Formats: sequence, C-alpha cells, structure tokens
Amino acid sequence: MMVCKKCSTTPVIKLSNSNISLCKSCFVRYFEKKVFKTIRTYNLIEDNDHLGVAVSGGKDSTTLLYLLNKLIKDRKDIKLTGIAIDEGIEGYRDKSLEFLKSFCDKNKVNLKIFSYKDAFGKSLDSILKSNKSIIPCSVCGVFRRYLLNKNSKELGFTKLATGHNLDDEAQTVLMNYFRRNIKVSARLGPITGVMNNSKFIKRIKPLYFMTEKEVTTYAYLKGFVDKYMECPNDSDSYRAQVRDMLNGFEAKYPGTKHSIITSFLEILPLLKNNIEYKDVIKNCSICNEPCSQDICQACKYVESLVKN
Amino acid sequence: MKVFIERTNEHREVKAETVRELLELLEINPTTVIVARNNELVIDNTKLNRRDSIKILSVISGG
Repeated sequence: MMVCKKCSTTPVIKLSNSNISLCKSCFVRYFEKKVFKTIRTYNLIEDNDHLGVAVSGGKDSTTLLYLLNKLIKDRKDIKLTGIAIDEGIEGYRDKSLEFLKSFCDKNKVNLKIFSYKDAFGKSLDSILKSNKSIIPCSVCGVFRRYLLNKNSKELGFTKLATGHNLDDEAQTVLMNYFRRNIKVSARLGPITGVMNNSKFIKRIKPLYFMTEKEVTTYAYLKGFVDKYMECPNDSDSYRAQVRDMLNGFEAKYPGTKHSIITSFLEILPLLKNNIEYKDVIKNCSICNEPCSQDICQACKYVESLVKN
Repeated sequence: MKVFIERTNEHREVKAETVRELLELLEINPTTVIVARNNELVIDNTKLNRRDSIKILSVISGG
C-alpha cells in the first residue's frame, strides 16, 4: 500500500508530476509552502501593498483569499480587500456570493461587490435572453475584466491577485497557440501587467504552480468546498474543450500540464523581449477607460447588446 | 458500495475493488476528480469495500 512520502501515514493525494503521495497534514504544509515560495520568488507582494483579491466564492479564489489573509496577518503595512463581480447568473452566482459573504465575515475580510446590472444596466441573464446568438463567455469576460480593472483603480489597489492555477494557465497557453495569439501569451506569467502604466492594475497569480486537483484537495481539507456548481453558460466554451483535451493527456501522460508551464516560462522572457507592441493605449471616448481603439470593447457591447 | 457523483448529482450502486477500478467503471478521468471514502480523501490505489460510502467530487472550476 502506498503511504505518505514524509510520514508513512495514509495519503490523501498523489502528486501528478512525481510519484509522491502525501497525507493530509504533509499535503497542507507542502501546498502552503509552494504558494508562499511562488510569492517570494516572483516578488508578488511588496511593502505597503494594498492587495485586491478577485473572489467568486469558488474553491480557487477562496483558497487564495484564505492564504493571502494568513500571509499578511502580521503585516501592518499591507492591506487586503476582496473584490467580487456579480454577473447576474441566477442559481449560480447568487449562491456562490452567499458562501463568499459568509466566508469574509468569518475571516474578517473586507469585501466589495460590483454588479453588471449596476454598471451596465442589465444582468448577464437578461443580456443573453435578448441576444441568443452571442458567445456568453466572450461578453462576460470583457465585462468582468473591465469592472475589475476600473474598480481596482478606484479602490486604490496596488495589485490584483487572482485564483488562476496551473491548469488555467496551461489551457490559456495552448489556446493562444491554437489561435495564433502569441502576442497575448507574452502577457502571461505569475505576475502580469508590469508595464509602467497607471491605467492598468498589476495582476498576480499566487496559485500559478498548483494544479486544479491540488487546489481542490486543499480547499476540501480546509472546508472551503461548497456545493458544486457549474456556470450554466460554460459547457460549450472553447476553453472547456481545451481543458478536456488537456485532462485526457494528463491522465495518459502525468506531468503534461507542468511541462507546458515549465516550457512556457523558459520562452516567456524571449516573447516579452521580441514581441513588438504596436497597440497604442488610448482612452475610450465614452468611459475614458484604457483601450486600443477609440471605443473600448465593454462600451461597444453596452451599445450593441444592452441598449438594443 | 454507494457512490455519489457530485458533478451530475447522481447516486449509484457500484462494485469495485479499488478507487482506480471504480473510476474506470464510471468512465471518469481521475485527473478531474478527488474521491472521498466516508468523507476522507483517498488515492487511486486505495482498496474499497462494499460498506464504503464514496463521494466523487469534481476539481473543475465552475466557470
């Protein structure tokens, strides 16, 4: 029988990129140590930071919020605020936000929630109802990023931490290859948006090297896993197809996702140095937020999907 | 043994010797789930017995 590599007790997980199994307490220690090492190695948190943590009530962002709160608890100079977006997806987001509010109350975390309805005039459910042919994830992604960036600036965050894990990043790297979008990949990595531009908030990804299975295991052991819910609009997305393909590979060839990320990080400096950014950053003529054209994509969607 | 599959909200009665065999029978990719036996997480070569209560939890984020 396989036992914990460190203390020979009953294991709760076998790590995918090695043949090592760990028990509950050794895994929790391993997980936290690895996340905190990522933060130190990539200098994700600095003195006097005001960290915004993008949260949804899901296991990834709840784990992230818990760990960052734990890490900074003795740091008087660092502030932390949770920021959540309520897209207006009935039976899904309302339930996860309920869990999130209770988690933040219990852990004494300041939480700010911004909704599509308040910002754009309609909930996502309502937009989809009157626009049957649109791809939900495309619109939702634009609106969510817009609200996160805009409100993070207004709240005075120095960085915005997101719960992206190794699976998310490996999927994005592949999606960018498949769609010949290398320029976008040059903006990936554990810390992004480093360009000295006050219009954008730096993004940090402390869970960058943790697999989705490891995050779920940690969240389960810590009691952060609420009832499973899947976004009703997610199943046919391009990302979901890449995810399923990648999971198929991982099952046959364990360590595939780690290899994608390790290889990607080796070429990332080359990408950053060689990709020529021709886009000039302008201000949207409607909302004044940064964009590459005269009108930002969020305002274009508001014009075509909300006001129609 | 009694098996609950969280993602599909399904309750099944299945015979399997190990976690790996159980997931193969149910055609579930082991990288996409964690498995709890009597609420304790277990790995794929763990032996099961017919009185066990099994939960199969999805690791895939809800979007």
